[in-house]
Amino acid sequence: MTQEELLPQIYKKDDKAFTLLYDMYAKSLFGVIFNLIRDKEEAEDVLQDTFVKIWKNIDSYNESKGRFFTWILNIARNTAIDKLRSKNFNNNQKNLSSDNFVHILDDPSKINNKIDTIGIQEFVKKLKPKCIQLIDLLFFKGYTQQEASDELEIPLGTVKTQNRNCINELRNLLKV
Amino acid sequence: MNSREYIESGILELYVFGKLSEEEKLEVQQMAADNPAIRTEIAAIEQAVINLSHSVSPNISAETYDKIRAELLGDDPKVIAMKSKTNWSQYLGWAASVVILLGAAFMYLQMNDQMNGVINEEIEKSKSEFDKMQKTIVTLEDQNKATQTVLNIIRDKNNTVVTLGGQPVAPTAVAKVYWNKATQTVYIDAEGLPEAPQGMVYQVWALKLDPLTPTSIGLLEKATAATTKMYKVDNTTEAEAFGITLEPEGGSATPTMEQLYTLGKV
Repeated sequence: MTQEELLPQIYKKDDKAFTLLYDMYAKSLFGVIFNLIRDKEEAEDVLQDTFVKIWKNIDSYNESKGRFFTWILNIARNTAIDKLRSKNFNNNQKNLSSDNFVHILDDPSKINNKIDTIGIQEFVKKLKPKCIQLIDLLFFKGYTQQEASDELEIPLGTVKTQNRNCINELRNLLKV
Repeated sequence: MNSREYIESGILELYVFGKLSEEEKLEVQQMAADNPAIRTEIAAIEQAVINLSHSVSPNISAETYDKIRAELLGDDPKVIAMKSKTNWSQYLGWAASVVILLGAAFMYLQMNDQMNGVINEEIEKSKSEFDKMQKTIVTLEDQNKATQTVLNIIRDKNNTVVTLGGQPVAPTAVAKVYWNKATQTVYIDAEGLPEAPQGMVYQVWALKLDPLTPTSIGLLEKATAATTKMYKVDNTTEAEAFGITLEPEGGSATPTMEQLYTLGKV
């Protein structure tokens, strides 16, 4: 279903709207949240907060604000980052920069049913290490180009095109 | 800048990631409005990252699904505001009939109260049944996905399939190896192995025959493939046979040959 078909349904905020929203995006958002939080229970709390925010503010969203997915992705990332910064969250800051999304796949205890991920594990691991880092920082963790350039020590001017090449590689593997 | 150059610049990826300034964002939207190729490209980039993040997501518990659902849709019935009518005079003619109606309504409401109790009970019952079914569906979807993955492994034409037959210690045991030389992956179907005793684990060996050299390619830990019994183990490039032995938890450096459960030549 395209964004254009989805939005009129979601604006209704009824049962069907919830089901569509949840089925299409919950797991993707949870992947992003979990990659930041690294604690399943805490991450599920953040997912819940994220959905409440989306639902509450959905009337204020329109397509001039960008893609719907981008809008909810920002809410998810910001909610997770707020959680990490909150005083009572026992967080090892080092993890934020050193763990990337591929590490989730390496830890079987984090994935209830590991076989689900076998297919994707194969191709995700075929991504160049540089690409894994770049996609992790820019997409999953929401770094700016400047921050990613500093962290990975690559020239600022090449961040955009390097990232483009990496996403192309991913699309080839995924056939999207 | 033509649309191809614009696409290749990498700006659309950052647009989807939500990492552009307000100004750049407007520019992308303008370009997209005039150009279907750019719109298609944006949708494809979005699909790729949605799939990627989806696939690294751990399962979301049924409780969290219930909590989110209840919070978003739950105990917040819509209130319909009543408009008050101020112009009473035009209704005077109806007063008599209203009195009669009120009498009827009173009786109706009394009956209704009794009925409501019954109906509410029914609604509660349906609700909890619905919740139970929701949970079942989530579980079934998970299982279905696992089964699909197994089917994909089995159907892959690039596989070399090796059947490992039972050995003296376990004559009825059987296992299968799916060795995909193209993707360099090895899967073990362990459905035909008896349950490993407490404190023990099955270990898979890739064997070279002359001279006999076993190399461990992995342990079949119960937790990693609880429902499907299809395990992914390390790649091997030059196995001539595969064997599975029962070893103490954590595995052994060399196979315990008395505990050889299954064996098969490539």
